[in-house]
Amino acid sequence: MEALVQAALNHDRRALARLLTVVENRREGVDTALAALFPHTGRAWIIGVTGAPGTGKSSLVNALAKTFRAAGRTVGIVAVDPTSPFSGGAIMGDRIRMRDLAGDRGVFIRSMATRGSLGGLSRATRDVIRVLDAAGFEIIFVETVGAGQSEVDIARAAQTTIVVEAPGLGDDVQAIKAGILEIADVLVVNKADRPGADNTARALKAMLEMGHPATRTDLISHHGRLMPAESAPGSSAASIWIPPVVSTVAPENTGIGDLVAALEAHHKYLIETQALDGLERQHIEIELYDRLQAALMARLLKGVPGEVFADVIHRIQTRELDPQSAVDAILSLPDQSC
Amino acid sequence: MSINQTIRVLIAKPGLDGHDRGAKVIARALRDAGMEVIYTGLRQTPEMVAEAALQEDVDVVGLSILSGAHMALVPRVRQLMDENGLQDVALLVGGIIPEEDVSALKAMGISGVFGPGTSTEDIIRHIRQLAARGGNPG
Repeated sequence: MEALVQAALNHDRRALARLLTVVENRREGVDTALAALFPHTGRAWIIGVTGAPGTGKSSLVNALAKTFRAAGRTVGIVAVDPTSPFSGGAIMGDRIRMRDLAGDRGVFIRSMATRGSLGGLSRATRDVIRVLDAAGFEIIFVETVGAGQSEVDIARAAQTTIVVEAPGLGDDVQAIKAGILEIADVLVVNKADRPGADNTARALKAMLEMGHPATRTDLISHHGRLMPAESAPGSSAASIWIPPVVSTVAPENTGIGDLVAALEAHHKYLIETQALDGLERQHIEIELYDRLQAALMARLLKGVPGEVFADVIHRIQTRELDPQSAVDAILSLPDQSC
Repeated sequence: MSINQTIRVLIAKPGLDGHDRGAKVIARALRDAGMEVIYTGLRQTPEMVAEAALQEDVDVVGLSILSGAHMALVPRVRQLMDENGLQDVALLVGGIIPEEDVSALKAMGISGVFGPGTSTEDIIRHIRQLAARGGNPG
């Protein structure tokens, strides 16, 4: 495992690919490998790309990656597609739209299935991003599954989040609903050559004029949840980021220059206002709670025999016990191997 | 081999024919068999296929070829995969392959050649056997 980590750090692409599998499948040695990689992380600019299915996320990533490559920057891409809830299988087709990037050794594309996760990413995505970061990719795009309204996990992993919209997907009430639009640092109306694109852009701009929900960096995390800061440190009018709305036609490269400029402006804003540090602290706190939760759950389940659960489930179903009392009872069992 | 062993398969269409219904049927069948399938889309060069196989760390690569160019494309993909260090990744071919070419392909180390009328069950079984042999440790 040590050799694999070393080879991946030395830009061995085969080793990198295998390490990503180790991480995704949580094979033996994964925690040691991640611990060894960790000191090399924290250098990449992580850009999330989310939006409804068919809005053109993959095409947009293709066009953006091409532009960043032309400027000499290396690019890692993590493309997430959904796992079937029935078979556990998946079809991942994001590479179809990324053919311009083939043959470029400065690009590494990895497809991942959600494997049961519901927030738009998979459980291992955070670690996969970290491996690519340690391997030295300067910019890492994370493309979520086709997301509807509430798959906002990407905001807990990316530094800059692009929300992609396309014309004709809903009226202007969709634009003022809570959820995915609120996490945007940059809004994109892709397929802008289609009818209705101007209306979509106008609805998004109107939504922003009504006030953006505290810029994402003015949120603080509290026990793993994001909430608005009562008085965000250093939040003056000048430090507030208003997400720009950019219109693009990805396959024709229309508007991609503007989009890159908007992304660069956001990155510069994050660095100059020190918001980047705050954001990272927030992400670390959320991750720590996630991992603690998982570890505590695993420890608890190890200490409680399966029959106890079967019995408790039966007693809940027969209305002998209510679900919350059942939880209290399980937690007060003597042997929880603490 | 770990318990958490999801089989990953790359389905690719090298060459110039534009008919990918077969490739999509296979991709769907493998998905329904619980595998993770990466589909590359049409008109891939052998270089693109070998590079995708490397990046995605797949257990098996399946090529769909209907153009008749299999005797040129398949050995080239195999060679590039070997050069990428993917000697342990199995290569399968499906499509219109004349009987007389099948043994030649197998002699090149192609583990399975599947013509029209093959049941998807046969392909799934074949891939599961390859994966169980532990072609792709790590």
